[in-house]
Amino acid sequence: MKSHLRFKTYSALLVIIIFGPLGNVMLGKGMKRVGLVAVQGPAAIVHTLITIFSTPEIWFGIACLIIFFLTWMLLLSWADYTFVQPSTSISYGIVALLSHFLLREVITPVRWLGILIICLGVLVVSWTPTRTTGGSSAA
Amino acid sequence: MLREIILLAFVVGAGTMGELCISRGMKTVGEVRNFSPRNLLYVILRVIRVKWIWLGFSLEATAFFSLLWVLSFANVSMVVPVTSMSYAAGALGGKIFLRERVTRERWTGILLVSVGVILVLVGRS
Repeated sequence: MKSHLRFKTYSALLVIIIFGPLGNVMLGKGMKRVGLVAVQGPAAIVHTLITIFSTPEIWFGIACLIIFFLTWMLLLSWADYTFVQPSTSISYGIVALLSHFLLREVITPVRWLGILIICLGVLVVSWTPTRTTGGSSAA
Repeated sequence: MLREIILLAFVVGAGTMGELCISRGMKTVGEVRNFSPRNLLYVILRVIRVKWIWLGFSLEATAFFSLLWVLSFANVSMVVPVTSMSYAAGALGGKIFLRERVTRERWTGILLVSVGVILVLVGRS
């Protein structure tokens, strides 16, 4: 890989593995502020939706997830899916770190072990060939 | 705990079914090769006439609001790792609905993800 392309690829990966988890953490922070979700009747649902979408953290989270999604799509336009997908499995670990440091969530050792095994599992799933239905595809 | 599990099942189930529906809908639209604004507008007009796309969007919206709901009372460090069950749901959905073949290596990865998710669920503080 040429050096400028490598720099572009790793910069995009960094954006993906930070903004994806940060988006989810911000949605979590926003929803904790919204509090109890009321769904008893249409009026309560509309009121809950208004509260959700007038919470700044929710919009910050959605903005992060849009940046994540656009970078993901851009990266896939020049990098292989079989390279990008496994590289992002670390996101589950980043989510745990961000929740711990930004939201002060307590993560038990068993939970850390579970997150580590999930990262490994996603790595194994992503590293296997994406096209497995044989050569008869019309695509 | 039961409310968490039900909402997380919605996040994973509706999210995966939504993706499968959008994938199926986009196959009927066909591959997008020309990215000129005029052609993209034409593609969008074709996309919004496909019933699978609307079903997919509705399911994705259900998954998103279920995610917001569960995040209102559960920890992010529990919710997001558990949503990795979408890999298992995706493989099952692909095998059952799209008749795709799933390799043994992929099943091994899915087994690992599932073990990890169980540990995350039981490892509460």
